[in-house]
Amino acid sequence: MNDLRDLYQEVIFDHNRSPRNYGELASANRRAEGFNPLCGDRVVVFLHLSDDDVVEDVRFEGRGCAISTASASIMTETVKGLTIEEADRYFEAFHRMAKGEDSDDRLELDKLEVLAGVREYPSRVKCATLAWHTVRSALYDTGDMATTE
Amino acid sequence: MKKSSAALNDDILPLDVEAVRKDFPILHQRVNGRPLVYLDSGASSQKPEQVIHALSEYERRDHSNVHRGVHTLSQRATEAYEGAREKIRCFVNAGSVKEIVFTRGTTEAINLVAQSYGRSRLGPGDEVLITEMEHHANIVPWQLMCQQTGAVLKVAPFDDNGELIMARFSELLSDRTRLVAMTQVSNALGTINPVQRMVQMAHDAGAVVLIDGAQAVPHGPVDVIELDCDFYAFSGHKLYGPTGIGVLFGRESLLEAMPPWQGGGDMIKTVRFEGSTYNDLPYKFEAGTPHIAGVIGLGAAIDYATTLGMDRIAAHERQLLDYATDQASAEPGMRIFGNACEKAAILSFELDGIHPHDVGTILDHEGVAVRTGHHCAMPVMEHFGVPATTRATFGPYNTEAEVDSLFAAIGKAREMFRT
Repeated sequence: MNDLRDLYQEVIFDHNRSPRNYGELASANRRAEGFNPLCGDRVVVFLHLSDDDVVEDVRFEGRGCAISTASASIMTETVKGLTIEEADRYFEAFHRMAKGEDSDDRLELDKLEVLAGVREYPSRVKCATLAWHTVRSALYDTGDMATTE
Repeated sequence: MKKSSAALNDDILPLDVEAVRKDFPILHQRVNGRPLVYLDSGASSQKPEQVIHALSEYERRDHSNVHRGVHTLSQRATEAYEGAREKIRCFVNAGSVKEIVFTRGTTEAINLVAQSYGRSRLGPGDEVLITEMEHHANIVPWQLMCQQTGAVLKVAPFDDNGELIMARFSELLSDRTRLVAMTQVSNALGTINPVQRMVQMAHDAGAVVLIDGAQAVPHGPVDVIELDCDFYAFSGHKLYGPTGIGVLFGRESLLEAMPPWQGGGDMIKTVRFEGSTYNDLPYKFEAGTPHIAGVIGLGAAIDYATTLGMDRIAAHERQLLDYATDQASAEPGMRIFGNACEKAAILSFELDGIHPHDVGTILDHEGVAVRTGHHCAMPVMEHFGVPATTRATFGPYNTEAEVDSLFAAIGKAREMFRT
């Protein structure tokens, strides 16, 4: 039996109660919406990208479960100051971690590790990855609605 | 679902739940170290031993294709298959087996009516009237058909208790209304609609009526003659039967006049390259080898439900719903969606400060299986301004002790989230 506390760590409750970088970003030059058709949750990610493709600022909005809110909150803290390529590397690494896949990438996932517990809950992996799919479509300005499907 | 069922409740013998539970092998297991508390029958009910046995016997002894061979197995399979059709006819009180068409489920039954009846009869400016509380399966097939024909989709709203606003329903019926499609029981709110009255109103306006009975059929007796509906759709797997099998009841005169929907074997009389002639009802609408085991399993499920007694099932579920609703009203920060006077055993709720997905995971950890999400009724979620709800649904095998387990698990969720 899995211990629920592996999934719901105190850090997750903290981010869920007071999400960081929450709300619209007035200076945004990129915006993407994400949708999880499984639960109906939506998230909007706002980015301010500099001319040399660095994430100057990032914010998010939306209502979701504790896992998706905490993941979005931690995502914004992670990608701020990164280039598109660097952020994408985190996306890949996070995605593999959430799905419980091995990786050769020795990237330090740092505070993202608190979400590693979702790998034991297949139905919740998408909650954790939604914000990352969404920031990715904002980074590449795909114009599509990001989904976890 | 007959109006008389509520009045009968006082006179009927209560269900022996412990005996019923013994019939359902799946219930006797532990999930995450706790006894399973299955409160998701609204999504899919469990199967009694009697259904599992019928399925297994068919596969082990009688399986063959139906309506095809002269050999013994084919005759046995055909007899069992057509025997089940007769059981279903009797169960919904249809006049003839010609009116009982097998489909993959409620969804396919509605699509059949939309594509065959709707597409051939409706044109630009004609109207289809549905309600705001429909399952996606009773919305999207009509949207597709409207795109194809130029017909217009109208939606009758419900109020904040989850009751259909009958005055609006009445206003929306016009001489352009060709078809009315509504659910008998809302899967997201539990509301029991006054379908008999609605059918009459729709008929007075000159429209034909389809009733989505997916959530209604498992929870009380249904009589298509008394309802006077033109089409009635339901699924096997919410009625203790297998998945992948459903039923469309259709009024014979309407089915007779409708063009086939899918073409293939079994639905034809003669095939020539110059043109083919179609089989009689109901086979005209059953192209290809059907889900024979599913039909036989559904027949066994109907035998089982009938033996328990649909009135007794309804009374038992009503008791559980009342018991759960009382506890819910005492629970701080718990909001119930759907407070209709006439309500089936569906408790849809949200807990202040805890998202339904988190509730679902924590409940599962306590062995309690509930549905969380939009319940394929996004417009209902939109009405209440929530992305999702948690939904507990009760069946004949559920007990008051299990309702207590649900609320104990809800307590655990609160503790964890410190709300």
